[in-house]
Amino acid sequence: MIEFFLNGRPRRVDAEAHLSVLDLLRERLNQTGTKEGCASGDCGACTVAIGEPDADGNLRYHSANACIMPAHQLNGRHLVTVEGLSRGDELHPCQAAMVEHHGSQCGFCTPGIVMSLFTLHEDDRARPAPLTPERLEAALGGNLCRCTGYRPIRDAALAMGDTPGFRPEWLDDDALARTLATNVGEPATHSGFYQPRRLDELVELRARHPDARLVAGGTDLWLEVTQNLADFTEVIDVTRVEQLKVLEAGHDASGRPGMWVGAAVTYTQLEPLFAERYPAFHHLLHRLGSGQVRNRGTLGGNVANASPIGDTPPVLLALDARLRLTGPGGSRELAAADFFIDYKKTALAPDECLEAIFLPTLAADRQLKVWKLSKRREDDISAVLGAFSWTLNDGALAEVRLAFGGMAAIPARATGAEAALEGHAPSPERFAAAIDALTEDFQPMSDVRGSSDYRRHAAAALIERLRLVVADAASQDSQHPTQEVMLHAYAH
Amino acid sequence: MRTLTDLTTPASASSDTADTPRHAPAAKGFSGSAARHESAVKHVTGRAAYIDDLALPADALHLAVGLSPVASGRITGLDLSAVRSAPGVVDVISVADVPGHTDIGPVFPGDPIMADGEVLYAGQVIFCVAATSHRAARQAVKKARLEIDEVEASLDPVAAAEAGDVVRPTHRQQSGDWEAALAGATHVIEDEQFVGGQEHFYLEGQACVVHPTEDEGVMVHTSNQHPSETQKLIAEVLGIPFHAVTVEVRRMGGGFGGKETQASPWACLAALIARRTGKSCRVRLPRAEDMKVTGKRHPFHNRYRLGVDEQGVIQGGDITVIGDCGYSPDLSEAIVDRAMFHADNAYSLGQARVTGHRARTSTASNTAFRGFGGPQGMMVIEAAMEDIARRVGEDPLTVRKRNLYRQGRDQTHYGQTVDQITLLHDLIERLETSSDYWSRRQAITEFNADSPVIRRGLALTPVKFGISFTAQHLNQAGALLHVYTDGSVMINHGGIEMGQGLHTKVCQVVARELGLDLEAVRISASRTDKVPNTSPTAASSGADLNGQAARDAASKLKSRLFDFAAERYQLDRQDMRLEQGELIAGIGGSERRIAWGELIQDAYLGRVSLSEKGFYATPLIHYDRASGSGRPFYYFAYGAAVAEVALDTLTGEYQVDRVDILHDVGDSLNPAIDVGQVEGGFIQGMGWLTSEELKWNERGQLTSFGPATYKIPAYGDLPATFNVELMQGHPNSMASIYRSKAVGEPPFMLGMSVWCALRDALASLTDYRQAVRLDTPATPERVMAAARLARKLHESRAGGTP
Repeated sequence: MIEFFLNGRPRRVDAEAHLSVLDLLRERLNQTGTKEGCASGDCGACTVAIGEPDADGNLRYHSANACIMPAHQLNGRHLVTVEGLSRGDELHPCQAAMVEHHGSQCGFCTPGIVMSLFTLHEDDRARPAPLTPERLEAALGGNLCRCTGYRPIRDAALAMGDTPGFRPEWLDDDALARTLATNVGEPATHSGFYQPRRLDELVELRARHPDARLVAGGTDLWLEVTQNLADFTEVIDVTRVEQLKVLEAGHDASGRPGMWVGAAVTYTQLEPLFAERYPAFHHLLHRLGSGQVRNRGTLGGNVANASPIGDTPPVLLALDARLRLTGPGGSRELAAADFFIDYKKTALAPDECLEAIFLPTLAADRQLKVWKLSKRREDDISAVLGAFSWTLNDGALAEVRLAFGGMAAIPARATGAEAALEGHAPSPERFAAAIDALTEDFQPMSDVRGSSDYRRHAAAALIERLRLVVADAASQDSQHPTQEVMLHAYAH
Repeated sequence: MRTLTDLTTPASASSDTADTPRHAPAAKGFSGSAARHESAVKHVTGRAAYIDDLALPADALHLAVGLSPVASGRITGLDLSAVRSAPGVVDVISVADVPGHTDIGPVFPGDPIMADGEVLYAGQVIFCVAATSHRAARQAVKKARLEIDEVEASLDPVAAAEAGDVVRPTHRQQSGDWEAALAGATHVIEDEQFVGGQEHFYLEGQACVVHPTEDEGVMVHTSNQHPSETQKLIAEVLGIPFHAVTVEVRRMGGGFGGKETQASPWACLAALIARRTGKSCRVRLPRAEDMKVTGKRHPFHNRYRLGVDEQGVIQGGDITVIGDCGYSPDLSEAIVDRAMFHADNAYSLGQARVTGHRARTSTASNTAFRGFGGPQGMMVIEAAMEDIARRVGEDPLTVRKRNLYRQGRDQTHYGQTVDQITLLHDLIERLETSSDYWSRRQAITEFNADSPVIRRGLALTPVKFGISFTAQHLNQAGALLHVYTDGSVMINHGGIEMGQGLHTKVCQVVARELGLDLEAVRISASRTDKVPNTSPTAASSGADLNGQAARDAASKLKSRLFDFAAERYQLDRQDMRLEQGELIAGIGGSERRIAWGELIQDAYLGRVSLSEKGFYATPLIHYDRASGSGRPFYYFAYGAAVAEVALDTLTGEYQVDRVDILHDVGDSLNPAIDVGQVEGGFIQGMGWLTSEELKWNERGQLTSFGPATYKIPAYGDLPATFNVELMQGHPNSMASIYRSKAVGEPPFMLGMSVWCALRDALASLTDYRQAVRLDTPATPERVMAAARLARKLHESRAGGTP
């Protein structure tokens, strides 16, 4: 049984483990305002808002792709759809602004865009801040529109704060927030969808149901349901496990200081931390999936999924991150570099779970750069991603980490190229040697995202860019003006 | 006041400002005003219903299709027994189950409804399953056992064209002695280019619902640009008369050409099973299947050899365009024709020969897509403009302006005289000024001189696009107007609303003719039993044709009401008019006003028909295929764009920093809708040339079959500065509806400015001495390769000439 609220009203529905929020809405509840555009989380036509109580008990709404969100994850949540925002022709300000600014043409993407605008509108009411281009892009980058070219949607977004409109009564209903904060819904079990609350429950369930799929954000896994028509009979949802939601300062086994990030912490929840501690990683988050994906997707999922083109694993390699794996026998820690074994194969034992990721604190003199190459700047998967970290010690490069995604069957460090630089002054000759070494380090494949040749040249180009950045940093006190070495939109 | 009949004669050359009927005192939502889309509130509230939102009877069936994984071969085994016995399955059909025609080629034969022995492309439908749910049908499909004797697929259109493997005969247009022009030229510019195709990516995929009706018929709801053709094909497939099939389209969640011919197969399959089972049937293609099964914009391979004088002015030459048509003709005859018609864009080709081949390959049958081949043809001459500029050492804008059609050089290579040349020149000059082209050019040149990695590029490109279906008979439209006794008005016409605002515009036309508020005029779904024998909503023609037909109906009805009023109220028939909800007329020396509602009531009681049909056929157009000449276009629509880009020459990444557009829509029917078409067209055109890359593997299987791998522009691709204006003060010189111009397709080609700006930035790596070939889409991969090539060219040149 899934217990949740839909547009302010309580609902109880029974559903199989693999049902998505979108199919629940369209096929079970006859709520057809939410559209299916791709069923893969890439177009945003199915965007809904999910209300969850925050630490202070206030309901906060985030956007999500209903097509790849397991319906059972609605347990104890407030699901808001386009049908819930208006009363007759009295429109919510985000809807009124869309009409006023001619923001719809064919109208099929419009409900999704309205919901992304709604979450932005409510977020802005809760935490007012300028609607910068970056903020708008984060809010709307996951909603494809094939008709308008987005300009009128931008105008609507900028105007909605000053547009009068209808405010659904549930938005200001404290009782709803209290109900959701206190009554988190019954764990759904008989359907084969398990929602453990504690780590020991998770480990036990994993042992008892070895064939069950683990799901966090579902932003990759649920494509098996929508694209390959898999009927998952057993699913274990890790997103309600308290220990997997932590975000705390600590040390790894070797005593290095850093942050432990629970495996079920979403990208969106990581943003403030990354903005403060790892600006390059933070910048990458803006190009990782879309707002809808970042609101549900987790760092742990990206690691455990072990895709060779996942965006975060190369960064973890460059940072010398570590992972805590937990199973019936307890926990163990290992280097991120030792986790990825072969294509989609990891060191995770069948009865283990990824519990947390340790991100060491960057020393003051340590640099991190993360550069992603893709066809489209937003919401695209890397053709090549380079994550580079180094320290300049008395003019010599030290602890050089050159990690790449998209260059091999697993995210991997370019060990030959690293060796060419390690301990040397950052001279053009050493960087040329590093670029030469890349050809030994990687034999990338050709696929839909890029040819083998392109990947080789692109990796070399990123090393060349690294040279320019290091040289630029070294010459900052000189009289020469700094050259632009990359576009602002791609910087960091 | 001019009547409709008066307006069908072309206005005189001096008529740019004089003869357009000015708007009468404005009623609300009047034609020419920025009325909102008729469904805007329904869009934003989720109440606008698309096909998959329609409620069905409880026993309705859901269809799924079984596709060939193989691009070319013979089916040697097809075992569907496991499919039939899968849970929920009610019916399974293959080609042998079709009672009537099995070929559903829209214009020419060649499109089997399901594979008939032979497999022609990867993604071809082999069988169709009906089950009690969408998921059950799709899961059942996976149980089929299929054996295909695979043979090597034909995937090289150039080789196919050279071998004469074409879906339609090669066509040629020629003006003068192109060989002499080349021989006498100061410079000869020669190159080839690959122009990639494009997936429509309409947000609503292919979908339809078919209900069986009494007798032997069907009622069809479909997301479809051409309901009359679907009606015909269903009737032929079922072997029943056309009048037994009714097709209705309320709205589409995007079409862009992708639902002109390629919406019909699903409706035919659903109609077959609806008749077999007696149950309502729904088809909606999952995105990946939609992308694999349906045709796309044609990829083109183009070659050009042009002779220019020392000023860079084209004297003549030879252009060959090869359209990659896929496995069947579909609309490729007309699409490659349109590429040929637009190989000149806005420039005189002098004495030129243009040849168009329609190559057959083992891929989905490529089809209509906004611009219909025109964009691919224009890419030839826009590439050449950059090439010429580098050769003669002038700014590309200077070269473009020198080559524009002008007095004395105003004949196209197919013999049509280019009209409104003054408008073209005026438009470009205004944009040149408003975009501050020359001072930005200087700033960019200076920036590039000092910037080793980041280079900026700038380009102004014009668009001249011919308006009319090149198939003459399609240039007709009908409308049906009803006035009910409360005075409310219902208009239907043959066009389809796909987001472009056609219904809004047509309502505005009727409101204007009848002097009513827009709210008084309603439009309902387009149906083949209301307005028959319609043309597709395509070729940007929707408002031109259907607006005129609606106007014809309204003006006939108005005339009848005037006759009635003159007699009934004893008013002067002359100068009688409808304004702001009233009939106004003279009576002796004074004026009398009669409310619309009262007039209608009286007319009804006076037994005057309050229903009228309208019709329109575009005058003057003709084309002779034998000679390759004529006047295929009623008029041209113009526009121009300036794009500025910054590109990283190391990685090939780039961003579009600023775009300025000035576009000609004549006297706009609705500026808000027209600006929406201009902006949306530009971004879609930019996507075509930049991030949207179709990829097939060596077996001919599409590998970019979803939005994860096929990247249409997203919000962040909207240029930070995006100035878009409609050209003012130039009504259409032809008697189009209220002197407006078609706007659906022309702005798409404004996106070429981005591609030219990228080439401009790349040319900076050669000190602007050499043009750098850049095939499309110009992905970072291609741009990076071009930058490497540019550096090599420059180094070898620098090495050779110290």
